[in-house]
Amino acid sequence: MHASFPILSALILLPILGAVLITVISNKHLEIVKLIAMLFSVGVGGMSIWLLASFKTDDSGFQYVSQHDWVTSWGISWHLGVDGVSLFLVVLTGILFPLVILGVDPHHDHKRYLAWLLLLEAGVMGSFLSLDLFLFFIFFEIVLVPMYFLIGGWGYDKRVYAATKFFLYTMLGSAFMLVGIIATAVLARRDIGYLTFDLVTIAEQASFATNTGRWLFVSFAIAFAVKVPIFPLHTWLPDAHTQAPTGGSVILAGVLLKMGTYGFLRFGLYLFPAAAVWAKPVLLTLAVIGIIYGAIAATMQTDLKRLVAYSSVAHLGFIVLGIFAITSQSLTGSVMQMVNHGISTGALFLLVGMIYERRHTRQIAELRGIQSVAPIFSAAFMIVMLSSIGVPGLNGFAGEFLILIGSFQSARWWTIVAATGVILAALYLLWAYQRVFHGEPDEANSTFAEMTLREGALIMVFIGLIGFTGVYPKPMLERIEPSVDKLVEHVVSHSDYKAPTTPEVVKPESTKEEGH
Amino acid sequence: MVFASTLDGPSIPWVELIPILSLLAGTCFLLLVGSLVPTWPRRGYAWVTGISTTVALVANAVKWNNLYYNKGATYFADVIAIDRFSVLASITICLAVIFGALMMSAYLVRMNADGPELYALLLTSAIGALVMVAANELIVLFLGLEILSLSLYLLAASNRDREQSQESGLKYFILGGFSSAFFLYGVALIFGSTGSTKISGIGQVLSGSISIGNSDAMLLVGIGMLLVGLGFKVSAAPFHVWTPDVYEGAPTPVTAFMASAGKVAAFAALIRILAVGLEQRVDDWRPVVWALAILTVFTGSILAVVQTNVKRMLAYSSISHAGFILVGVEAAGHAGSDGIATSMNYLAIYTVLVMGSFAIVLALSGNTDGETNLSDFKGLAKRRPALALAFTVLLFAQAGVPLTAGFVSKFAVIKSSVEANSYVLAVSAMVAAVIGAYLYLRIAVSMWLEEPESDSEISVDPAVVIVIVVSVIATLIVGFFPELLLHATRLARFAPL
Repeated sequence: MHASFPILSALILLPILGAVLITVISNKHLEIVKLIAMLFSVGVGGMSIWLLASFKTDDSGFQYVSQHDWVTSWGISWHLGVDGVSLFLVVLTGILFPLVILGVDPHHDHKRYLAWLLLLEAGVMGSFLSLDLFLFFIFFEIVLVPMYFLIGGWGYDKRVYAATKFFLYTMLGSAFMLVGIIATAVLARRDIGYLTFDLVTIAEQASFATNTGRWLFVSFAIAFAVKVPIFPLHTWLPDAHTQAPTGGSVILAGVLLKMGTYGFLRFGLYLFPAAAVWAKPVLLTLAVIGIIYGAIAATMQTDLKRLVAYSSVAHLGFIVLGIFAITSQSLTGSVMQMVNHGISTGALFLLVGMIYERRHTRQIAELRGIQSVAPIFSAAFMIVMLSSIGVPGLNGFAGEFLILIGSFQSARWWTIVAATGVILAALYLLWAYQRVFHGEPDEANSTFAEMTLREGALIMVFIGLIGFTGVYPKPMLERIEPSVDKLVEHVVSHSDYKAPTTPEVVKPESTKEEGH
Repeated sequence: MVFASTLDGPSIPWVELIPILSLLAGTCFLLLVGSLVPTWPRRGYAWVTGISTTVALVANAVKWNNLYYNKGATYFADVIAIDRFSVLASITICLAVIFGALMMSAYLVRMNADGPELYALLLTSAIGALVMVAANELIVLFLGLEILSLSLYLLAASNRDREQSQESGLKYFILGGFSSAFFLYGVALIFGSTGSTKISGIGQVLSGSISIGNSDAMLLVGIGMLLVGLGFKVSAAPFHVWTPDVYEGAPTPVTAFMASAGKVAAFAALIRILAVGLEQRVDDWRPVVWALAILTVFTGSILAVVQTNVKRMLAYSSISHAGFILVGVEAAGHAGSDGIATSMNYLAIYTVLVMGSFAIVLALSGNTDGETNLSDFKGLAKRRPALALAFTVLLFAQAGVPLTAGFVSKFAVIKSSVEANSYVLAVSAMVAAVIGAYLYLRIAVSMWLEEPESDSEISVDPAVVIVIVVSVIATLIVGFFPELLLHATRLARFAPL
């Protein structure tokens, strides 16, 4: 125990408390409701930043561990911990939620909207912090409920269809994972001697027969593949993203999808190293297909929000590529890219939301020449877009570069194909930018309002993060690396996989010349 | 043991019968005093029902506690087994009766038709259910089954102003009689094959090396017939066809009672027969239960998708739940499994969920008890947000969303199933649960995301409020602290042979 204050439990329980408070306050006191939502989300954000600052960079294990018995007869405990893999996802969650709560107006039913958002935050935090399979499943699954209501209640025209599709699709994936989780615990009992759902105990002490491990891995992988989403299980994503309200899209892209990639790291590689190595070629191939397919599909979209949604499919393909290349750099890059994608795509969704607020359309064909009427807005869009493309000096580059350089050592041909995805990303985003912002504005677009102070302040936070990470990724890398190295060692020692020996020159610390 | 040569009947340990006697006393009081005293105070009948059931409940709870040091025993020449298994099932049934009586009082007050008959029938059906769960003898089991069923036929048809209610009662009666015949024929065949109608006696005969009458086919056909008869009562596919019509037509409190107590009793009987009587024939019945379980979970969840009436939806969902319980029963057919405990756990939780859900349906069903279409639920969140929230909790619990009791129950049976290596069954059940979730989402969509069609005042009877509040709180408490209930169900064991 590092601190007497159970900060990780507080990160989960505070938003729940906030949601409960909001629920009991009468609808008439809307200002108090908003104030509570703000206080609680900012409080959680502040705590997550404190966590980041006080995180021990030289410790590769789990920190701030909190463990209490819960369901003793099933060996289930409230077991939380944070390491380099989950730290930045926790911080990202802590930062994104207050920004969404402060910056995005749902237009109606504020009280319910804010309560659902806070519950969602608790669920996401719990997923990233849980070190117990049962506990993880609970948070992983409970997240569906607030998200379902957020899409269904505050979304656009086809919101009910999109929300239902999202719920059932993800639940189907989880159905397999639940059986997998139970089977994992039951089978691990033979090695451990008692029934436990504790992730660390199972991962360190249990070993599964080759085929058993593969089946178990597959059951987890289906759930995560749906969540990420990996091609061909991605079809829920464009609908959910397009129909979700802006705040929902930001959260969905920013942190919810990361629960899938995070799951692959924590419950794929860590729990079933041998099976993950076995499944490597398939997942690498699907990741690369996702990169190319997502990019091509994004190019073809006529709806700006759908375009960003498909770009997520491509970007998450990169993250999956980095995970299953299983080298220190590629994994570090993947963790970093999870955060980067959350920031960049979150900001893109915010900007698309602002466009919709002004023009009540997201059709690219109906937008043009915005640059000449709203130059600041266009500049903000440009920076965020460039970060999404992965232009050096911005955050997207650092992550993508690490993924590619790491993957090249262990998955050469996949990486070569994937690298073309970088070019495609530039193609669809720049082309969209050109159509929306260049040219002469027609009548409808000539009154496009410039960014307000509030919107500007919101976007500035994102741009600040984009710039800082792009120029100076060291604080991030030095926290991620020890845990990732440990994970790679774990995979190597528990399977016949041999990590490619890392040439000194491409140690991540020396790949940041672009920033200076 | 009783010697057949003496004329004395078996000694009667009245104490063991307190639950049943208390319900019987309540019935007699209602019928006698009810007909002698014309006007009773408001809800007087409900109070009598509630008090006699509470006495039964307390007696059962005391018994549960007394069984701490022993495993229970059989009484009345071994025809009634009082063990933690039967006591747990009895407690569940008593709770269902109390909930049922509360809902019934709200229903009758609203219909302006308060009277003792329905309460008396409620109590007699509960007596049948209590006999069923404790029966260690197939004929006694059959008696219990008939007492339960006959009362339910009458209750289902009790709304004389609604044609569907009449239809429901008749349909249930004809099909129920048909299934009883199957059951009875199965008893006869098993008796012919083993020479015993006692469940524990059958088990002893089958575990002996000498088989009496050496007719294996007769035994197998008998087992099959028993499964058909009880499969009908628990509404397992393919014997489920009656369920939606009867559930829709019967008065809502009756539907709730039928869906909970009826199912608990039939499942308890089924489990005792399979696990005690036919323990040696596990390899024969397990595949059948396996097939029934898969068929039932999928039938329930797939057919639910196209329904437009909430009562029918809940009927199909109850079919799907029966499938899940069968998953636990199948697991119980493997050595060292806790399938019985998890099935009982499922039944207890299911009882609470189904009672709460139907209580909300009752609150909305209007003066005719017929406004149960999905469209009647539109925009409920705007009209009565608390009611909509409660229903959402109960529906999501039925869908198996974590932190609700429904998740605990599903998790437990799936765990039993996985421990028994029935992976195919476990995965199928979970996939079916996802299909089934669509049904609950549709109701949630209606309530939260659509505009109300009427803005008439919804007045909720205080008795119904009690049922809803208690079931929602219980759902959440068990969801957050599953250990409370798991500990109890784990102790649900059979009396030694």
